[in-house]
Order: sequence, then C-alpha cells, then structure tokens
Amino acid sequence: MITDAIEARNWLETFFEWFGEFGQFCVRVARASFGAPWEGRELVRQMDAVGSKSFPLVAVAGAATGVVLSLQTHASLTRFGAKAMLPAVIVFSIIKESGPVITALIVSGRVGAGIGAELGSMRVTEQIDAMEVSAVNPYKFLASTRVLACLCMLPLLTLVADASGIFLGWISTTLSQPITFRSFLHSGLKEATLSDFLPPTFKTAVFGLIIGLVSCFQGMRTSGGTAGVGRSATSSVVLSSLLIILADVILVRFIQVFLPS
Amino acid sequence: MTASAFTTTSEPAADQTSPETTSSDATPLKVSALHKSFGSQHVLAGVDFKAEQGQTVVVLGRSGTGKSVLLKLIAGLQQPDSGSIRIHGQEIAGLEMDRLNQIRKKIGFLFQQAALYDSLTVQENVEFPLRRHTTLSDAERRQKVGALLASVGMEHDLNKLPSDISGGMQKRVGLARALALDPDLLLFDEPTAGLDPITAAEIGELILKLKKERNLTSVVVTHDVQGAKSFADRVILLREGKVVIDGTFSEVERSSDSFVARFLRDAA
Repeated sequence: MITDAIEARNWLETFFEWFGEFGQFCVRVARASFGAPWEGRELVRQMDAVGSKSFPLVAVAGAATGVVLSLQTHASLTRFGAKAMLPAVIVFSIIKESGPVITALIVSGRVGAGIGAELGSMRVTEQIDAMEVSAVNPYKFLASTRVLACLCMLPLLTLVADASGIFLGWISTTLSQPITFRSFLHSGLKEATLSDFLPPTFKTAVFGLIIGLVSCFQGMRTSGGTAGVGRSATSSVVLSSLLIILADVILVRFIQVFLPS
Repeated sequence: MTASAFTTTSEPAADQTSPETTSSDATPLKVSALHKSFGSQHVLAGVDFKAEQGQTVVVLGRSGTGKSVLLKLIAGLQQPDSGSIRIHGQEIAGLEMDRLNQIRKKIGFLFQQAALYDSLTVQENVEFPLRRHTTLSDAERRQKVGALLASVGMEHDLNKLPSDISGGMQKRVGLARALALDPDLLLFDEPTAGLDPITAAEIGELILKLKKERNLTSVVVTHDVQGAKSFADRVILLREGKVVIDGTFSEVERSSDSFVARFLRDAA
C-alpha cells in the first residue's frame, strides 16, 4: 500500500516535471527563433528532410485512405440510396479529417523518430556540448530550425495527402461506377467552401509544431548512451502522436466554434 | 530529467563566492573553491588552481573524481554549486548566455571522443565556428580551414565524414576545430584515450607544438601520465573532489604523500 503510494507520487512528480521542463524548452526555442543569426541553410536542409523525404510516404498513405473510404462508403451509401453523395463524402472526409490527421501521424512516425534519435545521438556523443562551446546556440541551430521546418511542411504535406486521396478515391469509385474526374470533383466540391478547406489544412501547422517541439525536446534531454537514444526515438513518436490526437479534438471544436463553415 | 540537459548557463549558480563579475586580473584561468554535486555525490569539493599564460596544466586523478566535470564547468557547459571560475578576470559562473558566448569564442575544447558533427564533412566541421563567428569570405575561410587541417596533418581528408576516419584522425580534426577561432585557452578532455601508443604520442606532440607556436594556455585532463610528462608545466592531482597536489612534474614525483606516490607508481 505504502509502496503504491510512493510509486504514484513518483509518477506524478515525473509527469509534472516533464511538463515543466517542456515548457522551459518551448520558451527557449521561441526566444532562439527570433533574431540573428538566421540559420537559413540549416532551415532549408531541415525542410527538405521533413518535406521532400516524407512526400512519397504521405502520398501513398493519402492514396490508401482515398481507396478505403471509397470502398467502405460505397456499399453504405448505396444501401441508403445516397450513392450520388459518394464524391462529396470522400472529398469532405479527406480534406476535413483523414488527410490532416493521417499526414500528421505519418510524419510523427518518420520525422519524429528521426529527430529524437539524431539529437539524442548528438547529446550522448557530446556534439551538442561541442556546439555550445563553439558559442552556437543549439536551441536555434538544432531545435528552432527543425520546429520551423515541421511547422511549415505539415500543411504542404497535407495538401499532397488530400490530392492523392481524392485522386485514388476517384479511381476506386470509377471502377465500380464510371464517372469522369471532372464530374467527381465538381460533385465533391460543389458544396465546399474555403472555410471547409483552409482551417483543417492549417491546423496541421499546430501538429507540426507538436512534432518538432516534442521530438527536439526528447532528443536533447537524452541520457544513458545508445539505449537512451532508442528511448528518445520511441518516446518522440509516442508522445507526439498522443498529443496530435488530443490537439485534434481541441482544434476541431475550436474550428467549429470560431470558424464555422 | 538529466542534470545537464537543460541546466541553463544564464541562471546563476546557487551560491557564488563573489558577486563581482570582472576584475583586472589577467590570469587566463583561475578556479577558486569550486564545488559541484550530482544528487548526493559531491564530485568537486573545493577545487583551487590557476593557469598562467602559456602554461599547460595537466589534471590527473582516478576515474570519477570530476576531471571532465571540471572542464565542462570551465567551458560553462555546467554550472557550479558554488565557487568561482575566472577567465582573464571575467567570472563565468552564472554569466548570461550572450556574454558567456563571447568568452567561449576564446576557448577551444577537444572532447574525449572528438565530438565531430557526424552529418558534416571534415572541412565543414572545422568551418562550422568560422561560418558563424567570422566575416571571412569563402576563399579566406577555405584557406584558413586548409591551414588548420594541415597543422594537424589532416589536409588530405577534407571531404570525408567523421565515420570514415579513425579515432586518432577524429581527434586531430577536433583539435583543428578547437583552434578555428584562435582561442586563448584550450581544454583537452582525455586527448589520448582509446588511441594506440604511437597515435597517442603524436597527439602529445601536437599539444607540445601548439604550446610552442601559439603560447596557448591549456588544461589537459588525462590518464596518460607518461605522455603528459612531455607537455605538462604543472600537474594537479584530484582525489575525492579536492586537489591533493599542485606542482611541476618533478615536485609531484618527489611528493611524500602516499596517494600521490601510489598513483604515479600504478600509472607507470
């Protein structure tokens, strides 16, 4: 009983300690992000690492989502006599929820693990210390550039997932019910407005912020040698995925209240 | 949370012995009453020593006596619990980041495993501090990098990644990077650890050459007592976080202290 209480107290302490240190880290990264020197070359390199290199994976994930949505909803809508709604259901599902969330989770897996492992490895091999001794702020050079890259690239990658999802959704649909792409798009988008499209796409910037901050934080606090690097990579993915899902709930409600369609 | 991960260099140490941050003292390095603990482990328990201009001070001691921690405190990578570290009279304990970085530009640090940036080539590693802290043109920078790498015998491996060169070569590149901003003070953390005797001797010769050519002040943490004889002006021996003896090599060898005698005998 006493052991349980001590364990619970330790767990709570660790939990609140994590948030406290994460808050401190976010403040440092925010302060480092403004003001010279601008690490333009490193920012472009990170945008390439986050954006271009995630492109194929995100496109395939988006395409798979489009096909699955088409297959799953076709039968249901036919049963309810709403087959004509199929393009709109696919398009709205993808642009409002599936595209953004799937993109964020895919990037959190690929990029989050990479950042956690890379910065963790730099921490345990004293490369981050070497940077500090060279009078270079690692919060700017390492963290700020990666966070900004994630923040900027997530909305663009979401567009890729949306486009490939809608395109493959059309291909899947047209195999069972022939329809031109133009008609499919017209039918899918005729009720859509910019407010259906922009808020869900730009909410992924928040997801990018979460991935960048959590992964850099977990990486830069690594300890315990190579085992610690592995733990940082895993925890970067787990924590950023969890926070993305929680943030999505809040953001969806926020959009409904403040930016209604 | 690890102690070092986000310990801030802008936050003052808990108990500084002196509120003054500058003095007219031009001694390159002066450490006074330095204390550092990790949890219940009191790693440094009142270390005092200084390094005069052009001197090479070798820090000896058993593993875990805080030698590497001492170097990290001098470089401002960790904060002392109390005590003072003055570099050219400037107190660095508790100094805010911007001012600390100005001082760091005059400190070179060779890490135990060289700590080269593994995504950058040899040339880019040495260029790294130059790109950020000098206004050299590309050509001037390349020329300086070439000269630095030539001075450590690494001018032919500019485009190799750290993973493609040996440990000894990494140390040489690390040394070239440490010298990039023409530092006044060089800190060496186990410069010969993990190297074969010949490469270790070559690194020792490089330290000696730097001392002669540049009149640099250096602090060298090492277990290589025999190698250190060739370049040490002074030796300090740490035991349980305190300086047991501080003197020239011959003074240390003549010491009647049983720990000092045993340490030197076992090291030989």
